[in-house]
Amino acid sequence: MRSRPVAVLCVVLLLCAVLYMTLGAKGAWSFVIPFRAGKLAGLVLVAVAISTATVLFQTVSGNRILTPSIMGFDALYSLLLTGLVFFLGAQATIQLPPMALFGLNTGLLMLGAVLLFGTLIAQTRGDLLRMILTGIIFATLFRSLTAFWQRMIDPNEFQVIQVASYARFNRIDTDLLPLASVLCLGAIALVWHRRRQWDVLALGHDAATNLGLRVRLETVFALLLVAVLVSVSTALVGPVAFLGLLVVSLARLVDGSETHARLLPIAALISGITLVGGQLALERVFALSTPLSVVVDLLGGLFFFFLLLKGRSR
Amino acid sequence: MISIRNIDYDIAGKAILRDVSLDMPKHGVTALIGPNGAGKSTLLSLIARLLPLQHGRVTVDGHDIATCDTAALARILAILPQIQDAAPRLSVSDLVAFGRYPHSRGRLTDQDGAIIDAALAAFQLTDLRNRALDTLSGGQRQNALLAMIFAQGTDYLLLDEPLNNLDIAASRRLMAQLRGLADEQGRTVVIVLHDINYALAYADHLVVLAEGRVAAMGNPEEVVTDDLINRIYGTDAAVINHNNRRIVDVGP
Ligand SMILES: Nc1ncnc2c1ncn2[C@@H]1O[C@H](COP(=O)(O)OP(=O)(O)OP(=O)(O)O)[C@@H](O)[C@H]1O
Ligand SMILES: [Mg+2]
Repeated sequence: MRSRPVAVLCVVLLLCAVLYMTLGAKGAWSFVIPFRAGKLAGLVLVAVAISTATVLFQTVSGNRILTPSIMGFDALYSLLLTGLVFFLGAQATIQLPPMALFGLNTGLLMLGAVLLFGTLIAQTRGDLLRMILTGIIFATLFRSLTAFWQRMIDPNEFQVIQVASYARFNRIDTDLLPLASVLCLGAIALVWHRRRQWDVLALGHDAATNLGLRVRLETVFALLLVAVLVSVSTALVGPVAFLGLLVVSLARLVDGSETHARLLPIAALISGITLVGGQLALERVFALSTPLSVVVDLLGGLFFFFLLLKGRSR
Repeated sequence: MISIRNIDYDIAGKAILRDVSLDMPKHGVTALIGPNGAGKSTLLSLIARLLPLQHGRVTVDGHDIATCDTAALARILAILPQIQDAAPRLSVSDLVAFGRYPHSRGRLTDQDGAIIDAALAAFQLTDLRNRALDTLSGGQRQNALLAMIFAQGTDYLLLDEPLNNLDIAASRRLMAQLRGLADEQGRTVVIVLHDINYALAYADHLVVLAEGRVAAMGNPEEVVTDDLINRIYGTDAAVINHNNRRIVDVGP
């Protein structure tokens, strides 16, 4: 009985995927299939990365309104990438294989996440207002610094970093797919493996310590995993502001049991349906030029407002 | 035995605990009393490693809590903090099931199931087991948290003001349960109380904390006097004898 939502969501996602692969295909299948399969894989990867990162971040920060992107994780990714290009120079960066640059930046983001958000969470857990304020300040600061550096970089070099500045689901960076898949699947496997620990961590510092969890260590580990997942999604499609909030809130409506064993897959499936189904609808059915990220962020943003106003932060 | 040696604890340069050294005997109920802000919760949190020790040493059954494995300690010692903000949407039985986490890491066995059912029954929660915590009354929630601590099945239980929100029947039932744990199962209970009458009626050992220091300790009947209450709390409630039992008369 309890697995019915999962089964239904699986079927819907499968349907979306099949339609995405086949609908409106012109030309040889031998070209269409691999081309679209790459994009589909990218979309699904991004969807799962974002939903998983959001669930995990909400668990360690002890509330259900904040997400990595609201707190400035992906802004930090763009900032670090711009900083790398700035300091290494465009020549050096272009000579680096894209994968190496991506790997390097992921490492930097992991470091930054633990330093910045590790301390922030230790000090303000449970204090939603302070967290949101700090997040807004972080995100704004990261974006201004990025913009500042980008102005100082000459236009040729700008090419390299432009990809990390705005969301685009229709042009996924499939070059990065191999490394992105390995990192993403690895992180997801670790998150899933420790799903029962996350349940305990969600109880808060004191209750989790009482049950024998090393809360600081688990929090740092969770932030490292969030950093990897955010890197993957930002590298593939750029920053997406409110997708995580939208899909995880919907997942909590679908299943109220609060366990990660159910929340993680349900959120991932809803996220996949939103991205694949949304892209399918916009691109193939309505042939609209509105980017999906705009639609998702609009809906997600409204939802964010709704949650804030209703005060259902915990 | 819980043995505490030379604990000092400061928050932002302010002394909260000063040179606290005491032993809480095994197989008994130790009551910890003292005025608001005396440092009782801080002391309990230090014993249960919810706060890091700054100075001094705590051992539980010989295990130094600063160095011993925290997962192993969770099978020996459990704490009910004074302020609990466990996930509000959790159901009662899911909360109580968390008490078994230190033993089964979230993969509940049949034996865990039986322990959880027993804990629910012991706190009159069987009918409420599927309700979310935020739909319960204050006392029912307190009972759910207590049931979780009971399900943890540790030899040492630290309870910070567990009688909060409980009616007189539930309070007496809880105190009797704690006595039962101590007398029949040889467990060790440390309980922070404000109602000195409960301490007099149910505890074997009493520790009085005031302004971060141990002001008195020993047999409750001997420690609690008019003079003590006057000195520690600055109020003149009289200690009277009734049916060979000491009682604090709270009347004006
Ligand atoms: N986070 C904190 N920041 C500043 N002061 C604190 C903090 N936590 C506790 N204190 C102070 O430490 C002292 C001891 O607090 P504690 O909670 O241990 O008292 P208590 O004996 O449990 O009191 P009560 O009976 O009211 O629960 C108090 O003066 C309190 O104001
Ligand atoms: Mg207290």
